Amino acid sequence: MDEQTSRDFFEYLLRLGDDRLILGHRVSEWCGHGPILEEDIALSNIALDLLGQANLLLQLAGQVEGQGRDQDALAYFREATQFRNAILCETPNGDFGDTIVRQFLYSVYALLVLDQLQRCRHEALAGIAAKAYKEARYHVRHSGEWLIKLGDGTEESHRRVQAALDKAWSYTGELFVGDDIERRLAAQGLAVDPASVREGWLAQVKDVVAIATLTLPADGYMQRGGRTGRHTEHLGHLLAEMQIVARSFPGASW
Amino acid sequence: MTSPTIATAPKGGETQWPLWEVFTQEEAGAPHQHAGSVHAADAELALQNARDVYARRNEAISIWVVPSVTIIASTPEDVGPFFDPANDKAYRHPQFFKTPRGVRVF
Amino acid sequence: MTPSSPQSNGPASTDDAERLATFEKRIAEGGVIEPKDWMPPRYRQQLIRMMSQHAHSEVVGMLPEGNWITRAPTLRRKMTLIAKVQDEGGHGLYIYCGTETLGVDRAELIEQLHNGTAKYSSIFNYPTLTWADIGIIGWLVDGAAIVNQTMLAKASYGPYSRAMIRICKEENFHKRQGYEICATLAAGTPEQKAMVQDALNRWWWQALMMFGPSDKDSPNSAELMKWGVKRKSNDDLRQRFVNLTVPQAQAIGLTFPDPAMRYDEATGDWHFGEIDWAEFKAVVKGDGPCNRERLAARRKAHDDGAWVREAAEAYAAKQRAARRAVAA
Repeated sequence: MDEQTSRDFFEYLLRLGDDRLILGHRVSEWCGHGPILEEDIALSNIALDLLGQANLLLQLAGQVEGQGRDQDALAYFREATQFRNAILCETPNGDFGDTIVRQFLYSVYALLVLDQLQRCRHEALAGIAAKAYKEARYHVRHSGEWLIKLGDGTEESHRRVQAALDKAWSYTGELFVGDDIERRLAAQGLAVDPASVREGWLAQVKDVVAIATLTLPADGYMQRGGRTGRHTEHLGHLLAEMQIVARSFPGASW
Repeated sequence: MTSPTIATAPKGGETQWPLWEVFTQEEAGAPHQHAGSVHAADAELALQNARDVYARRNEAISIWVVPSVTIIASTPEDVGPFFDPANDKAYRHPQFFKTPRGVRVF
Repeated sequence: MTPSSPQSNGPASTDDAERLATFEKRIAEGGVIEPKDWMPPRYRQQLIRMMSQHAHSEVVGMLPEGNWITRAPTLRRKMTLIAKVQDEGGHGLYIYCGTETLGVDRAELIEQLHNGTAKYSSIFNYPTLTWADIGIIGWLVDGAAIVNQTMLAKASYGPYSRAMIRICKEENFHKRQGYEICATLAAGTPEQKAMVQDALNRWWWQALMMFGPSDKDSPNSAELMKWGVKRKSNDDLRQRFVNLTVPQAQAIGLTFPDPAMRYDEATGDWHFGEIDWAEFKAVVKGDGPCNRERLAARRKAHDDGAWVREAAEAYAAKQRAARRAVAA
């Protein structure tokens, strides 16, 4: 791997890993507070899947970077502007409807990316993607089923989940933008150009949204910036909480 | 782990999802065995809940979920008339039959 | 729904006396009672009380530990803690389902928790103040729970004992992960060592209280033992826990906040000081540091989830109606 590719690849692994770290962290906030015990357990499983993926991806990122940083150094000792997750992942949990919408929109995207990524030329990344792909399939099934139940459930649930969809929509554009880093890597078979999955994503989302008797939000303003470290204000608070113990005792092991 | 029970109408106006009995198969060729139960609004959710609750540790390769209300169970009062008649049918067991010495096919 | 027919509360008939004798003989012989078997109403009541308390404890117990999920200091610790708190939820679920075989709905049991008529283990009414508390809870609180649950795996009621067998299998990792955290902290920086010793000081007496009142003050114990629900007394279990735990603390250089603690050569037991039963009673009655917060958190999760549960139900009803329409 030449120096440019190695830098690109590190950056790309941070994007993949940070998405899952931040979203997994958010989902784990539900643990003990779910709408019913069975769902509490399901959400914890999703959080564990995502954090497990983050753990592997950030570990690989650290190895690619070659500066002696492991997954914990990357998770606990970077500033908000150094995180590369999509903004969608850091949005607060809101009500159960907000969480389900966020999970569904992200999981469909993740599934399509992982589907290609499991055949990428980097063996370790392909292996992680293959494992994550199976998990993402379940996340799509779980959140998709819930989206349908909430959309086509009661008047209240319909209203709430439609509002959640409208709110989350402006964060979805960023997922498919793609930049030179991704395009350079994709050309070498080391990454997926996110623009290539947009159509498939929209088709799948449209289908489920229709079954759920919901209305797809009109295209409008799309916020972006997560991939370059320009986040919402929410991320700083999330990190303050996540990193407090690790940062309070420098040099300690746990 | 629990025995089948019959779901009832919720009390105190509280919604309660019906109860489902969960059967898991640990490996190919093994029978499905009762693992426990979950509450779920419908079959798909019951299946997903059963997966998350009873197969977190690789315990299953297949899951059945059955509405608890549909299980018909024998009663303890049945023990005599239901099962005792099988007691004296020793000829249903292979040990009942003698084999000549030296024959090892069996 | 009662799988065993409802019991009359009137004067016991000769019939009942006979059935009681058969029931008690069966238990004395180590037999297992199943949901559809005849059982004395009092046995059923005691089981519902004890099992629902146990289930509530698992579910409320998710809160103090869940409090540190978002701050766990490494990814490995974070994932382990989520898996553990998730297990507590699963254990609550198993035991609720077991309780439902006695003819009481989970919704009803949860209502009793929320309106304060049902109890849960007092230990969860104490706050988790530092990361070390997560280690101490895993080691001491789960350690105490395992001593208790290993006994309950032999309980005379089938669904309870089966739930316990499953739980004991899963709990094996809880205590180990807790002890590993404590050992790591005890071998860490001076601040870390102080943190874990402080946590042990704050949780030790509460862990001892988990076994319940002393045998002489435990109104339910004798009956539960007679009926084989419990196989050992509170004091016996407590002593067993102390004997197991003291050497583990010594191995990692931690001490106990109990000047009276000493080894008794004659009995082989670790003798310990007097438990503050006044504090125990106050917390059980509702006056502990976190009682109000814990219940409020459970109620909030339940109330906030009402529209979700209703939506799933409404959707299922629509689907059933649609299927009927197709069939007709």
